[in-house]
Amino acid sequence: MATASLQPGYTGPVRDRVENFHGAQLVYVHWEEHLNFCSAITLPLPPQTPFAALTGEILPSLYAVDPEWADVDLSRARWMLDGADWTPDPALSLADQGVGHKSLIRFWTGPSATA
Amino acid sequence: MTPPRKLSLKQKYGAYTRGLDWDPTYQKADDIFPFAKYEGIKIHDWDAWEDPFKLTMDAYWKFQAEKERKLYAVIDSMAQNNGQLGITDARYLNAVKLFIQGVTPLEYQAHRHFAHLARHLPGAGLRVAAQMQSIDELRHCQTQIHTISHYNKYFDGIHDFTHMHDRLWYLSVPKSFFDDATSAGPFEFMTAISFAFEYVLTNLLFVPFMSGAAYNGDMATVTFGFSAQSDESRHMTLGLEAVRFLLEQDEANVPIVQGWIDKWFWRGYRLLSLVGMMMDYMLPKKVMSWGEAWETYYEQAGGALFADLARYGIREPKYADVAKAEKGHMTHQAWGVFYNYTHAAGMHTWDIDEAHMAWLREKYPDTFAQHYEPRYRKWREQAEEGKRFYNDGLPQLCQVCQIPMAFTEVGDPNTISFRVSEHGGDKFHTCSDGCKDIFDHEPEKYAQAWLPVHQIFQGNCGGATLPEVLDWYHINQGADNMDYAGSPEEEQWNRWMEGRRPAFPVAAE
Repeated sequence: MATASLQPGYTGPVRDRVENFHGAQLVYVHWEEHLNFCSAITLPLPPQTPFAALTGEILPSLYAVDPEWADVDLSRARWMLDGADWTPDPALSLADQGVGHKSLIRFWTGPSATA
Repeated sequence: MTPPRKLSLKQKYGAYTRGLDWDPTYQKADDIFPFAKYEGIKIHDWDAWEDPFKLTMDAYWKFQAEKERKLYAVIDSMAQNNGQLGITDARYLNAVKLFIQGVTPLEYQAHRHFAHLARHLPGAGLRVAAQMQSIDELRHCQTQIHTISHYNKYFDGIHDFTHMHDRLWYLSVPKSFFDDATSAGPFEFMTAISFAFEYVLTNLLFVPFMSGAAYNGDMATVTFGFSAQSDESRHMTLGLEAVRFLLEQDEANVPIVQGWIDKWFWRGYRLLSLVGMMMDYMLPKKVMSWGEAWETYYEQAGGALFADLARYGIREPKYADVAKAEKGHMTHQAWGVFYNYTHAAGMHTWDIDEAHMAWLREKYPDTFAQHYEPRYRKWREQAEEGKRFYNDGLPQLCQVCQIPMAFTEVGDPNTISFRVSEHGGDKFHTCSDGCKDIFDHEPEKYAQAWLPVHQIFQGNCGGATLPEVLDWYHINQGADNMDYAGSPEEEQWNRWMEGRRPAFPVAAE
């Protein structure tokens, strides 16, 4: 529904368009069942970031403060991308496997990952 | 005809309000009041508005001046008697910090927008009521600043609250709430602020802060609360009467007003998560729990109100059932957010000690021990190992309420409630069905949101590193932020308390 406005057809600037992020796009990641991290985390990543860089460098830099992270095997994690089950390919970039601007990646690492 | 010497109060009110109005002849009323019709609200008879208080400006000045004299006497006495030493604990001051950073700037915003309504509402009676409220709100802003300025001499995080209000991630929650209201039309603003916030939810804002102050020895804030109380009751009545007036004027107004009630109930409820957190976590001496306050002030009082409004065709706000279902979880999740990001906040958080845990278990028997206590114990272990937990990633924010997306699904406290909408080829994430509905109703409005986290990544907040961003926030690093344990404030407080002990054992001991 349109915003009630003095000027019919009113629109305004969309502040978070991908062009405003200097070549990066926003990606949200969330480690499920670990709500000591209160919410999903926002990352500005180049679309060509390899998935392996996400799992190998970026996620550990965020989550290793939790002692449980040491026991996590991400190769056995369960993944969701934007609400759908997802089997990421570590060799491909984020963009090449459907991760877009403001995509949400959720992952499970505990017993429920294999459930 | 000779005019009577002295006007009766009613005549005086008539002369000072309606008597100042006139029907324009050389300009069209629609041009003079350009905001009056675009929201779709139909008013047939502005004279049908009855001012519930019939207060005239001369009486108003007299009344307010008397209250000011009392308040400033207390503020002076507090300054002369080291009133800061009378509070229960320095941790209490974090409630005051949240208040001046988050609430006081809203008083100023309210002052500005009621002044706008005092110009732009077509009815003279409502214009005068808006004018008085505008002056009230300015007075509240000033008296809060004066009251709290005493603490600014001794405590951190209070020194630059208006600057922080415009920039900090958690203060964008109250700021964007009010920006949303002031960028709406006059009738939505009145429904939002005067009715939904000041009438339906105000007891959940003012009672916790003012009773919290009373319980914790903060006499200055209590006195401010008393000084504002009679104004607040006038504002509440205005809110209720304004909504009744809209509903009585035309049946077509009912669905529009209902939509605003649904929206602003949810906006206000989300905003109150900051207040609820303060009640359950920041008051060394507790008043009541958020859950109890919600039952008393919303479920019971609000229930009666909406039963009364049913004759106009108004029902209870949508998602009131969600707020009820979440009441055992909401404040713990909000505290978790602040604990995660205390390194980027203008206030402290801390370990929840055993007595506090026992209180939380008692107040939240169905939720606390199972879901939140283990989290706090894990955090405590980490802190004891010298690795106090801070979250180094920046949180995902809700596009509408702008709170970090920490709230969980109803009935599933282990799973975050993620909602998403598509608009103009972009995704927009929201924290709840309530916030998603608001986005979907007016996507052109909320797509413009200034989300603090996204602004940092666009390079608009002072730099790419946390210290640069904190400088840009005007956070005095190492004093305003970080855990209370080890803070300069804790050190100072302990020194003060130590200094007050007798140097030699006294007989009574």
